[in-house]
Amino acid sequence: MRSLPEPGQLQECFPLADLIPSPRRTPRPEYLSAEEYASLGLKCGVEVHQQLLTAGKLFCRCPARRYSTDHHASVLRHMRPTLSELGEYDGTALMEFKTKKNIVYMLNRETVCTYEMDDTPPFPMDQRALQIAIEIALILRCRMVSEIHIARKQYLDGSIPTGFQRTSIVGVEGAVPFGDRVIRIIQLGLEEDACREVSDRGHWRHYRTDRLGMPLIETVTYPELFTPWEAVWFGQVHRLLLRSTGKVRRGIGAARQDVNVSIAGGRRVEIKGVERIPLWGPLIHYEAMRQKGLLTLKDELTRRARPADWLTSTSRIEPAAASGLLPPEWDDGHPMAAVALPAFRGLLSWPLGGNRTFASELSDRVRVVACIDQPPNLIHSDVEPNAWRELRDATRAGEEDALVLLSGDGDDLVTACREVRDRCLEAWDGVPSETRQVAPDGTTRFERILPGPDRMYPDTDLPPMEIPPERIEAVRNQLPPSPWELASRFHAAGLSTRTSGYLARRRDAGALGRVLLDDGRDLSECLIQSFLPMWDAGGGRDERTSRRVLSAADDGVISPKVMPDLFTLLASRPCDDPLTLAREHGLAMLPPEEIKTVVVEEKAEGDDDGLFIRVMRRLGSRAQADTVLDILEDLGVAP
Amino acid sequence: MSDGDRFKGYRGPTRALLEREGAGVWSDVEVSTSRGLFVGIILPRSEQADDRHLVIKLPNGYNVGIAADLVNRITEIGRREAHYKIPEKEFPVDPVKPRVKLFGTGGTIASRLDYRTGAVIPAFSPGELYGSVPELADICNLETEKLYAVFSENMGPEQWLGTARAIAAEMDKGVAGIVVGHGTDTMHHTAGVLSFMLQNLPAPVVIVGSQRYSDRPSSDAALNLIHATRTAAWGDIAEVMVCMFGPTSDEYGLLHRGTRVRKMHSSYRSTFRTLGEIPLARVDKKGVYPLRDDYHKRGSSSRVRLADHFDDRVSIVYYYPAMKPDIIDSLIDNGYRGIVIAGTGLGHVNKPLYPALRRAHEAGIAIFMTVQTLWGYVQMYVYDTGRDMMALGVVPAANMLPEVAYMKLGWALGKTADLEEVGQIMLTPVAGEITAREPFDGYLIYQGGIPEVEAFLKGVLR
Repeated sequence: MRSLPEPGQLQECFPLADLIPSPRRTPRPEYLSAEEYASLGLKCGVEVHQQLLTAGKLFCRCPARRYSTDHHASVLRHMRPTLSELGEYDGTALMEFKTKKNIVYMLNRETVCTYEMDDTPPFPMDQRALQIAIEIALILRCRMVSEIHIARKQYLDGSIPTGFQRTSIVGVEGAVPFGDRVIRIIQLGLEEDACREVSDRGHWRHYRTDRLGMPLIETVTYPELFTPWEAVWFGQVHRLLLRSTGKVRRGIGAARQDVNVSIAGGRRVEIKGVERIPLWGPLIHYEAMRQKGLLTLKDELTRRARPADWLTSTSRIEPAAASGLLPPEWDDGHPMAAVALPAFRGLLSWPLGGNRTFASELSDRVRVVACIDQPPNLIHSDVEPNAWRELRDATRAGEEDALVLLSGDGDDLVTACREVRDRCLEAWDGVPSETRQVAPDGTTRFERILPGPDRMYPDTDLPPMEIPPERIEAVRNQLPPSPWELASRFHAAGLSTRTSGYLARRRDAGALGRVLLDDGRDLSECLIQSFLPMWDAGGGRDERTSRRVLSAADDGVISPKVMPDLFTLLASRPCDDPLTLAREHGLAMLPPEEIKTVVVEEKAEGDDDGLFIRVMRRLGSRAQADTVLDILEDLGVAP
Repeated sequence: MSDGDRFKGYRGPTRALLEREGAGVWSDVEVSTSRGLFVGIILPRSEQADDRHLVIKLPNGYNVGIAADLVNRITEIGRREAHYKIPEKEFPVDPVKPRVKLFGTGGTIASRLDYRTGAVIPAFSPGELYGSVPELADICNLETEKLYAVFSENMGPEQWLGTARAIAAEMDKGVAGIVVGHGTDTMHHTAGVLSFMLQNLPAPVVIVGSQRYSDRPSSDAALNLIHATRTAAWGDIAEVMVCMFGPTSDEYGLLHRGTRVRKMHSSYRSTFRTLGEIPLARVDKKGVYPLRDDYHKRGSSSRVRLADHFDDRVSIVYYYPAMKPDIIDSLIDNGYRGIVIAGTGLGHVNKPLYPALRRAHEAGIAIFMTVQTLWGYVQMYVYDTGRDMMALGVVPAANMLPEVAYMKLGWALGKTADLEEVGQIMLTPVAGEITAREPFDGYLIYQGGIPEVEAFLKGVLR
């Protein structure tokens, strides 16, 4: 059994910055210092979802990752909340139910069967996917479970037609080496991927089902990352570890991350579905700023009023009463309502980082829960306060009230007014637990209330599945070398830490390690400089020929410089002897006698001063400088 | 808590471990293993699962199994028992709304998790139903009564007779309509037999279930129940009907006549289809829309006629090539009184069966022929084999579905032992089980891949 380096020894083992350059070298202008983030109490954890390289999906036999742009049929569904195993309703589930979405699934014949439509029960779990998940759980040093229990994790947004994701835990309490410490892993799960959202307008949401059901692993870390750049760096380390298996998918959307952020006094907020690791940085920063803003808003609000005494009033508004205020987009005849928010005057424009204010929070809720999603979906009296004089009078709003004006269809308008009130009440509490989605400008928008363990329910369609200890040991014995181990071995063989780090983080690091290290040779920067062009030009696909060329260089048959040329020849004539082939094409090193002949000839041609240069120029890569110098010394010439 | 509850489902080495460590089901524990520490709540174990694993619910809500032989020590740090309960609210009564009675026989209209088996078992109470489907209060005043709690494959004569009697009694009290919650597997059998037992209905009898347990967000249970109560409360069709999804989409339900309906897919939501006819009506959240007008109308009779008899010494023989006569012989030897054959094509079986069929006939067994093609009529005059069989006493049962013929034969034999009378009852339509004409759109099984079908599928929410 191969042992991974102990996390504590990793700093001595190999410097992380040489394996993956630290993102701190290119900080973003908006970032605070590490000390400032520390004084905010910033903590982040991540949930990384990574698609596995399997031919088929996890619970049916459809092909994986065959994405389509057309569809052949559609199914309409609605989602209702149900109870968790412990008998609780999940808050998110209830919120999604309030939105009353019509969810349409677009079906493509090639990529879905009746399983994805939720019209056929699941088939047994794909064993290849489980095998990869076991391998990764071991790489992440998790405590392996003995039996997999498939759970249903409720998603009422419709992203999965069943209304739940089939998910399972393979290992818990792992650790990823991270410089001189480790980042602890809460769990490594194996689960099915969800649909791809096509559109979400008003009460209609459309999904493509091709991605649905693909096997994913989910790594969940503890919140042990304390600056935006540290999180990014960790993300890259984790990605490198997963990719070192060669069994995970790459490309757009193959890995998607959720980033959990909180500051002291705030709450955990989950930013969902980030597709690029470098984006984590600004997202974390802006979320920290938003939470900071919400906490200062809370203090201000607490000074002004108590939630127990706080009552909003809502009035129907005729267009005439609000003339001059109404945005042109509202010229659609929908009814309007004004909500007066006592004590909120000036607080709706409270800054929350980037271009966001507290009014953005209200607007988000109205968009998501009331489905009034065409901007601007509300206007408020903190912008151009003087223009609101008339409406203030008409609604009998107090001097310290803020006014919010909304427009929408009957039921939606009622929901919107209620959501505005509810979100304002939450402001006394500071930061609501929620999931947020990424906006194009790098800030985030409310997506839904953060779900808890109450949305978990055992899957009664499939029995528990044992992972016998022998199976775990068999996988453990076949684990690929870790990037750290590879880098250390390259370094020990004679390469600089930077070159070693570069080779170990390459996608083909495993093969490079086999070819370069397995024969126990010393490596030099010079050898690698000649080797890599050969490797990239085809050597990586033909390890046997690469090895033969390398050993020809080891034996002094050829100069490392001509490795790419010899590789080309040898790859097309694999039966030939490398030495014969090299000689035939003038690539081989000359024997000392022949070199001596050349030296004697050149000596006769001119003076001794330029003799060495002339000989080397004539022989090129067919002779080593050392050999030529020895012969010159023997002849009594000292250049 | 008794020992059985404390170690629910645990046997052998895992139970011994729990006893040794002083922990049990619902203990909040730290489990120290050779792989490290696991923290969570011990859950009951399914009785069919092996006896070597302990099930723990982790704080994140996931369950995992830990092999007992890896466990060094279990430390109980507390207890947390789950109380799975559908929120119960008293069903609001509105004097202007019609009264609907919901009888429960089992099935998955409402359900909860069974820790003993790990499967889902049905739960049923009006308050629970209202708690999970509050829309019902907008439709009617609902009363519920649990008749049975059985999976539909365990329904039998006792339950059919009991259900019919309960419905008749309720009809006599005056009710706007009846809904029967039923498992879907044998829903069409029950629909068939109730169609014979309950005649001259003054109000609708709607049988409903779900293809997806109501413990899942995408369940069809709530919508089916809404459709069924809508039909029972407001619909004009006073017959025994099955009310289940039309398409697989959450769009509308179909009302199928009880004698012409059949479950046609093991798992689709839209599994119930009317065979050899078109469905009676479409129903959505807002109303019932008849597709035909030859139904028994609400109020056209004042009192239900209860015909509550059934003899279960009846069998369906699903014929296959190379069937041997001993199948028939064993029915004769075991005292069966009726046989429904599901024959091939127009209604055929092989020659080696003939002597056995003759013996059955001579033993006084009533034998009827139906078709395993499900669509179409038995026609025993076309080929000699058919005529030969009729000479042996096999009676063609027109276009009665095999399961319906089985139910009707049991019902007829329950009334009389007189074979001539049985024959008369069997061939006289009571509730649409035999029709005079098969309409051109009574048999529609579209084939995928055909361009016009694909165009249709692309254009609709199916």
